[in-house]
Parts: sequence; structure tokens; C-alpha cells
Amino acid sequence: MTPCDAGAAVERVARTAYGRLLAWLAARSRDVAAAEDALGDAFAAALRRWPADGVPDRPEAWLLTAARHRLADRARHGQVHAAAAATLLELAEARAAPVPDFPDERLALLFVCAHPAIDAGAHTPLMLQTVLGLDAARIGAVFLVSPATMGQRLARAKAKIRTAGIRFAVPEPEALPQRLPAVLAAVYAAFSAGWDDGDGIAARRGGLVEEAIFLARLLVAQLPEAAEARGLLSLMLLAASRHPARRDAGGGFVPLSAQDPTLWIAPMIDEGLGQLARAATAQAPGRFQLEAAIQAVHSMRPTDWYEIALLYEGLLAFAPTLGVRVGRAAAVGEALGAAEGLALLDGLDGAQAYQPYWAVRAHLLAFLGQDAPEAARRAIALSQDRAVRDWLAARYRIA
Amino acid sequence: MQYMLLIYSNDPPDHASLPPEQRFAPWMAYSKALREAGAMVGASKLADAATTSTLRLRDGARQVQDGPYAVSKEELGGYYIIEAPDLDTALDWAARCPAAAYGAIEVRPLDAM
Repeated sequence: MTPCDAGAAVERVARTAYGRLLAWLAARSRDVAAAEDALGDAFAAALRRWPADGVPDRPEAWLLTAARHRLADRARHGQVHAAAAATLLELAEARAAPVPDFPDERLALLFVCAHPAIDAGAHTPLMLQTVLGLDAARIGAVFLVSPATMGQRLARAKAKIRTAGIRFAVPEPEALPQRLPAVLAAVYAAFSAGWDDGDGIAARRGGLVEEAIFLARLLVAQLPEAAEARGLLSLMLLAASRHPARRDAGGGFVPLSAQDPTLWIAPMIDEGLGQLARAATAQAPGRFQLEAAIQAVHSMRPTDWYEIALLYEGLLAFAPTLGVRVGRAAAVGEALGAAEGLALLDGLDGAQAYQPYWAVRAHLLAFLGQDAPEAARRAIALSQDRAVRDWLAARYRIA
Repeated sequence: MQYMLLIYSNDPPDHASLPPEQRFAPWMAYSKALREAGAMVGASKLADAATTSTLRLRDGARQVQDGPYAVSKEELGGYYIIEAPDLDTALDWAARCPAAAYGAIEVRPLDAM
């Protein structure tokens, strides 16, 4: 065994098992920060020992044993939550039985991360760090804050989990409808952060779309009856399937209507449609299923704008947000006529700083053969993405 | 763990017109439920906020102020100290408190030290 092989083995376990190991340790210590420290020490020990001793048969079990001994040390020194100390000491005693197939507690950890007692701004960062093992610097880059600021935000949330005694458990079925939306929203926030990449952010956010899809798959596997979790997975798969068609060879923006469908990733579309169909069997519609249905219609050509307008109508009942209202105006403008779409836009309040509002307005005015320099200028000014700015400027001939 | 449920509420509307047994019945029932669950550690109704004094020590000098510390629409009217295995159980108890419906319940873990 060369140090290189052992290092690769440690890295492989870190990639495939970090979240499962951390969730198990955190559920027993009721302390995410302590579990992270213990697991970090265990990985460090593996890097020292495996090159000499060889990679153990079951590397996850080896790491788990090492980490729980670290946690037991902390318990002996009174450095863990009083309620968890007894459990941890017991676990360390049971060294003869090194947890053959330790249960997957990542779902409980996701619910802890999106607990209502934790600042909503920390939900997504906590998930990315604990379940996926991303570091504070990378998460800070995603949310455009400094590593130090993100580190503080995460530390505060972990202190709250420990001190307030948040329960590590999947909520009872009757509490799920109240608790699941925050988990889904946090996963979707990770996806959106990876998707809406502005200038120079794209590289730093690379992979976040895949991470969000991974989290949604985890939710669907563990909560197969949750239609909205499937809806979210479907929505993200369908949107991400168009990733290769969003930019031309020169990096220029390609709007959905001009994309080449042969560039779309067919297996992702198939999987997204399949997940949506399964979600529909529960007959419990919701925001994410409707958004996925809109994306599903967009996956077919020619685009059935009438169907999309109807789906937006339904979506409004679940999520009467500005984004949905503007999307509905765009769909109505395509399906029934630009004047009808513009009338819906005119009825919106508080849209002055919302880029899609101006982009849709410019589009519909141009449809009517009207010059729309003001709307186009505003849409350009509010775009974070240079490729979108360039595309709008070219289309509306604005210097 | 022990948690303190701090009850922020003013009297609910039409409270004064009710006979005392009706006014207190929901609180008696709630306290009984806590006792029967073995979760009750202690509880008290507090006197009116107007009777409160707040003390601060600044550079060694006492500053005593008439009235409660926090200025809010509702006043701190009482508390329960309960035993609960985790925050989620404590929040469940807080949600069952009669004043949760018309006031606010602050749930604070007691310092274990």
C-alpha cells in the first residue's frame, strides 16, 4: 500500500460517506460541531494510519469507531451536551460491535438544518456543510459573503442546535406538512444559487446544481410518499437538462425559445417526467409539482403556451409570488396575445426592481411592434449576467 | 433538559366578562397536563408589569428603572419551567399553552451549569 493509494481511499470515503458518518455522529452527540471535529480527527488518523496498516475492510466503520472514541473523550471531559453524554460513553464501551450497517440519519439531519428555530439564512449553508461536506469558504462564495462571515453564521446555527437541544429525528408524519417545505426550500435555494450564475460566479458555483439534485434524490428515497419532494426533484432535473443549450459556442446567452433541443440531456428529461408522473399519483399538488409541470411543457416543441398559462394559474394558488405573476403574464402574452400579457404586467405592484418584469415587458411590447427602449434598458441594468446583458442589448439595439 | 416557557400576553378579548372559573379553566387544564406528563418543574403567574423594576449596573453604579426591561405590546405575564428531552418537545408544550393563541411564548433552555 502506497501513501498515495491510502490517500485516495480516504478521499473516496470522504466523498461517498461523509454525510452519512456525520449524520450518525451528530444524531448521537446532538452536537453538529463536535461531530464535525470528531470526524475530522478520524479522517486525519486514517491519513496517518492507513498507509502503514493498509486500508481496513470496512473503512466507514473504522472512521466511525475512531470518531466516536473522540466524542467519548469529549463526553468524559464534560464537553458535550449533558443529555448526550451517557449515550456517547455507552457507544465507546461497545467497541466490540463497530456498528455493522450503521443507519442512514441524513434525513433527520436535513430536518435539523431547516428547523424553524434556526435562522432561515443558515438552512441551506448548514445542509451544504453537514450533508455534503462543503467548507465555509466555498459556501461563502456561493452566497457571496466572506468565508469568515459564513463561518460565523454556521457556528451560530450549530451553537443553537446544541444549546437549545434541537431533536435529531424525522418529524412525525402529522408534522411533516409543516416541516418539509423549509427543507425543500433550502434544497431549491442551493439549486438556484448554482443556476443563476452571474459574472465570474459560475466557476465558484460549479457543481451546486448537482449537489442540490443529490439532496433531492436523498429526500425522495427516504420519503417516497412526499409528492412535493418528487416535484422538486423533477423540477431541477428538467431545468438542468437544458444546461448544455443555455450558451452558444462563444459563451453567448441562448433564450429557451431559441435553444437547440438536440442539445438537451434526454435521460434527465425522461427521469424528470417519470418523477413528476409518480408525484401526480399522490394527488397532492403543490408548488414544486406545478413548476415541474411548466418545465415539462417547455421540454416539448412546439411550446404549448396555453397549457403553460393554465399551469401558472394553478401555481398562483400555491405561490402568489412576484416571479409567478410575471411568469404568468409572459405565458398569457404568448398564449392569448401580447396585449393581455401587458395588462397583467400593468396590474403588478412592486416590480420596479425585478429584472424579469422588464424583460417580459420589452418582449411583449416588441411583439406589438412597439419600441421598448425604456423597458429594455431597465432589464439590462438589472441583469447580473453579462451574457444576458449583451443579448438584450443586441436584440433591442441598445448601445 | 429544562426549558422555561415565558408567557407574553395581555388578557384575551372578553376575558374580564367571563366568570373566574371559565377564565382559569384552560390554565388549570394545561398545568394538569404538564404535571401528569411529569414535565412540570415550576410555574408562576407574575404580578402586573407595572410592579416591575429593572436594574442595571453601569461602571459600578446601580441604575434602577421603574417598569419592565423590554418594551413590547404584550407583557411578561408568567412562566412555566418544564422538563423536556429536546426543544421540539418544549415547543409542543408551548403550543398547548392557552396564551399561545393570543400572545407569545418564549422558549428558553435553562443553563445546565
